[in-house]
Amino acid sequence: MSRIVGIDLGTTNSLVAFVEGTAGLPRVIPDAEGRTLLPSIVAFTPDGVLVGDAARRQLVRRPESTVYSVKRLMGRGYEDIKDELCYFPYKVLPCEGIVKIDLGGRAVTPPEVSAIILKALRERAEAYLGEPVEKAVVTVPAYFNDSQRQATKDAGRIAGLDVVRIVNEPTAASLAYGLHRLEAGVIAVYDLGGGTFDVSLLRVKDGVFEVLATHGNTRLGGDDFDRAIVLWLLDDIRARHDAYLGRDAEAMQELRLAAEAAKIRLSSDERTTLTIPFDAFTYHREITRADVEGLVGRLVDATLGPCRLALADAGLAPADVDEVVLVGGSTRVPLVRRRVQELFGRTPHSQLNPDEVVAAGAAVQAHILEGGFTNMLLLDVTPLSLGIETLGGIVSVLVPRNTTIPTSARELFTTSVDGQAVVDMHVVQGERELAKDCRSLARFELGGIAPMPAGMPKIEVVFLIDANGILQVTAKELRTGKAAAIEVKPTYGLSEADVERMVEDSFAYAEADVEARLLIETRNEADTVITHVERALRQGGELVAADERAAIRRALEELTRVRGGADRDLIHERTVALNRATEHLAERMMDAALKGALGSKRAAEIMASRGDA
Amino acid sequence: MNHFEVFELPRKLGIDTAELQRRFYALSRRWHPDFHQAAPPEAQARALEASARLNAAYRTLRDPIARVEYLVRLEEGRPTREGAAVGPTAPPELLEEMFEIQEALAEAKAGGLDADGHRRLAAERDRLVARHRDEEARLAGPLAAAWDAADAGERPRVLAACKQALATRAYLATVIDDLTEALGESQEGHVTHRRH
Repeated sequence: MSRIVGIDLGTTNSLVAFVEGTAGLPRVIPDAEGRTLLPSIVAFTPDGVLVGDAARRQLVRRPESTVYSVKRLMGRGYEDIKDELCYFPYKVLPCEGIVKIDLGGRAVTPPEVSAIILKALRERAEAYLGEPVEKAVVTVPAYFNDSQRQATKDAGRIAGLDVVRIVNEPTAASLAYGLHRLEAGVIAVYDLGGGTFDVSLLRVKDGVFEVLATHGNTRLGGDDFDRAIVLWLLDDIRARHDAYLGRDAEAMQELRLAAEAAKIRLSSDERTTLTIPFDAFTYHREITRADVEGLVGRLVDATLGPCRLALADAGLAPADVDEVVLVGGSTRVPLVRRRVQELFGRTPHSQLNPDEVVAAGAAVQAHILEGGFTNMLLLDVTPLSLGIETLGGIVSVLVPRNTTIPTSARELFTTSVDGQAVVDMHVVQGERELAKDCRSLARFELGGIAPMPAGMPKIEVVFLIDANGILQVTAKELRTGKAAAIEVKPTYGLSEADVERMVEDSFAYAEADVEARLLIETRNEADTVITHVERALRQGGELVAADERAAIRRALEELTRVRGGADRDLIHERTVALNRATEHLAERMMDAALKGALGSKRAAEIMASRGDA
Repeated sequence: MNHFEVFELPRKLGIDTAELQRRFYALSRRWHPDFHQAAPPEAQARALEASARLNAAYRTLRDPIARVEYLVRLEEGRPTREGAAVGPTAPPELLEEMFEIQEALAEAKAGGLDADGHRRLAAERDRLVARHRDEEARLAGPLAAAWDAADAGERPRVLAACKQALATRAYLATVIDDLTEALGESQEGHVTHRRH
């Protein structure tokens, strides 16, 4: 059997891992520079498509065509997300049940964007392993519904990957821990990522990982922490500089990145300093861990309700939980750890890197499917109840939530009018009693029913949820024994034809080759430096002597001249030279900006504390 | 194949759940789709179906009440339809009391509850919860044992008693839900017992 890799397609970062045959241990695959995390960001530039760190550098320069957190849009309709859209600098439009991202002249669907990320991971794996990679296990939040799972599978296909299994992220994490670190017992996995929250309760025994219950929120994660901080910064900037930046897309990206970096620093430090140079002024202030905890406390508390519901569904009390595992970058936030510890009354595990543990678990599941780890077996559940709409819009539940998958349910349908040839049914997912409050999955049309008096036909419909948590529907007319024709109209999602077309398009749009991509990255880096230097000269040119200013201008011209050429090394060289020529000016500007605010603290230290934000 | 046959168990209600779990894990290792990835499509489809059947059987048989409900359906010859085996029926000895509760509920809906009314309803609810628990204990205990000991002649009588207890339990669950809602204590996302 060919190799299967494990992929964590995250809101903020994505990773690829595999199980090394000899050691039997999962290993996260690094890129050529040794980085394991691929930022889940795709930039559509006039020169081509960038992904990962290169795309991240475009966030401020091209906010309207640099797509981040696309996972929040996967498998959703416009109505689901319209409240969130004000936070995204790129334009999202409704399009036949799903959404598209408008890049000006070209629109892409969320699965196509995710496919670009998957393809980059695939190439990374192929380069590392030295063999073609065609199959993958991809993880999704446990609380993802059918449409979101299907969208993830579609993304794989567009990227040329056969997604042989969709695995829930917390369960994947438990597999990674389960290799060596867990005793038999009940474990709780608390997974707070960039955009989603899941909690899963499992019983681990004799190599079997049986999920007892899962709950979550697919719109709650570190992104929301950042937003809360940004809103607070906006108010603070308005108060101190009399400027409202909420409608300035570039400034908003600067703020978002600075908020994220500050949040990360405050996981280890009690206080930190933010310094953000804008065109008209430089914003500077100190922020403490307590400040941020005040801002995100409500969000952290919102994760505790799902934990209690999962416990109730599993028929367990917090004290029945033997071990707690933390997954996802947001569990580095000390307040999160404190709340989890209070709820379960025990110190959570976090020995494995919370950013990498899901990918490692996906690799373990991939290895199981390859025929390795024969002792391990994962029994997962479907997170949401599946039902059909009946008279009066009431939902009749066919598969209750937290049922072990695969699972199936049968339902008999008949006609209500003589000679009726077609029967409609509406399948929904969710916990509410009325269909309109649940998530509409699809409308099915059962056709080709032989003419009979009303109520005579007996059509047996089988709803099967497979091991991926994805629904398959088949139907049979029992009197004739013939399979009934089913036409599926998915409420949200791509049609088969759409996916086919996108698979073809993805080849047409494929980035030329590695060299071409590196050239684009180098040019973009040059552009970023050019923009910064021009701004610095405008704002603070008089802070340095005239001959120094002239030297900077010369370096600037030299870079501008070669920027459009094809010599990547030359562009890089001139970029470095320009950076060096501007160092002194940058330092003087920092000193000027901070004078009075910080006393004797050196500007260089401030710069360092800004990190790479 | 019915749920008992899946586990090669006799059609009895006394089941050792630890042993059931052991068999469930062993059969999962045989049928779970994970172990049939490389098989031809028909074999994969067979494994998927067997695995779904196994999961349904385990879900039903591990729970003593679901087990009785399933047995009733099986004995009545309609084992495939999921959902309640019997509709909710008020227990005769509680009819008058139920009438009063329904009246109080209607009042609560119309005009809100004062502290005293709240206390009364809450006490009523707690009493019914206890009664509900007793009914479940009766089903899982004496009634299940009676079924397992009954010969062919006695079975219809025991089955009828089981149905009666299930109907009472379903009725109590509905009233408890209504009371909880009227008391404003229902939890979002917690509609589990409405289904049965």
